[in-house]
Amino acid sequence: MAPNWFKYASPASFYPLAGRLVPWFGAAAALLTVLGLYLGFFVAPTDYKQGEAYRIIFIHVPAAWMSMFIYLVMAFYAGLGLVFNTRLSAFMARSLAPTGALFTFIALWTGALWGKPMWGAWWVWDARLTSELILLFLYLGYMSLQAAIEDPRRAARASGLLALIGAVNVPIIYFSVQWWNTLHQGASISMSQGSTMAATMLTAMLVMTLAFWMYTIAVVLTRVRCEILERERHSEWVAEIAAREAR
Amino acid sequence: MGATGLLSGTRYVLARDLTLAGRRVTDVLTTLFFFVIVVSLFPLGVGPEAGTLRAIAPGILWVAALLATMLSLGRLFTADHLDGTLEQMLLSPQPLSLIVLGKVAAHWLVTGAPLVLMSPLLGLQFGLSGAPLGVLMLTLLLGTPVLSLIGAMGAALTLGLRGGGALISLLVLPLYVPVLIFGAGAVEAVASGLEADAHLSLLGALLVLALCFGPWVTAAALRISLE
Repeated sequence: MAPNWFKYASPASFYPLAGRLVPWFGAAAALLTVLGLYLGFFVAPTDYKQGEAYRIIFIHVPAAWMSMFIYLVMAFYAGLGLVFNTRLSAFMARSLAPTGALFTFIALWTGALWGKPMWGAWWVWDARLTSELILLFLYLGYMSLQAAIEDPRRAARASGLLALIGAVNVPIIYFSVQWWNTLHQGASISMSQGSTMAATMLTAMLVMTLAFWMYTIAVVLTRVRCEILERERHSEWVAEIAAREAR
Repeated sequence: MGATGLLSGTRYVLARDLTLAGRRVTDVLTTLFFFVIVVSLFPLGVGPEAGTLRAIAPGILWVAALLATMLSLGRLFTADHLDGTLEQMLLSPQPLSLIVLGKVAAHWLVTGAPLVLMSPLLGLQFGLSGAPLGVLMLTLLLGTPVLSLIGAMGAALTLGLRGGGALISLLVLPLYVPVLIFGAGAVEAVASGLEADAHLSLLGALLVLALCFGPWVTAAALRISLE
């Protein structure tokens, strides 16, 4: 018998499931972070060109990947919410945004820290840095629109539409910024000079990406649980939980 | 005017919005003056050196056009929303996206087109002349409709919200980035003796894309905002 996936589209049955899953993802995130940082900081060899400073990439690159990936996941849930009118999808989209913005900010911040010793400048109008900055603006716009609308239903639908518009625009923006960059600065330093990377470096980076992924899931599920409680506070099953907790 | 044609709603809304704009000419002029003033402030800030000004002219004119368009977006739906006309438009048997198309076209004729006509004069002030000046006009002609079309989505999403003006800039300005890049890039390419064909083609592609999907998305946003 096929499992009934739609069962968990209902907030009442998703709430306990999320509660059971959060500790597992949280523990996985902690373990993988320790492992990834150990591999990155102690096992991976020193880069002969960039010295020790290159080790920022073990945070920077996974954060940048996650920032873009989370936007797409957010747009996917927003689309689901708009098409099937499931409230849980809207909760998911809404809960993903702060984490996505956080990773975008981390990517920019660590990029600046890396840029200072490598390029001699905190900020260079490099194509990737610039598109990452615009991605941060898109996240901020999404969250501001959500915060500005009082009616939760309209907030979910309007910001969902905005997320979809943004998702269509992200590739256009990315390629136009790349085009702009190649025209303006002929001899800029490329971040991907050598794609020949030691195997341990790649492993550490992938482990860190996985760690960030687990962290995102744990945090987003926690946030969705809070959201569900807040929206469903007048329903019976939430009252039962509250009574059980109070005991 | 055929009463049943697919575009009759578009035509009607276009004519209506133009008539309304004609009765309030100051609104139209405010946007244009804003454009002129913002552009004129830059030499005061940057300094009067001709070489620098010529180099930054395309960027300044384009950014000013972006800001001027954005400033006028509030007018697009607000008045109709307040007096209930917009709800009647939602109820009408005409497709809402085509009605939106009429409104956006009127918005462009009232705000975008004057900017296009004014731009050569401002370009001359910055020392642009000849081919770059012509390309500047051409890029604005292709690009400002895209600004109106994208802006309409933002205006529809923020309809009736507190602090809509600042919010709309946050939503819309990041989406304007490609238009800015190709618009200003074309002028710079011609000014430095290169071909601008690729830039212009891409601007045209953006316009086609925005024309196809913009009114449709805006109509969906209006339905969400008014439900």
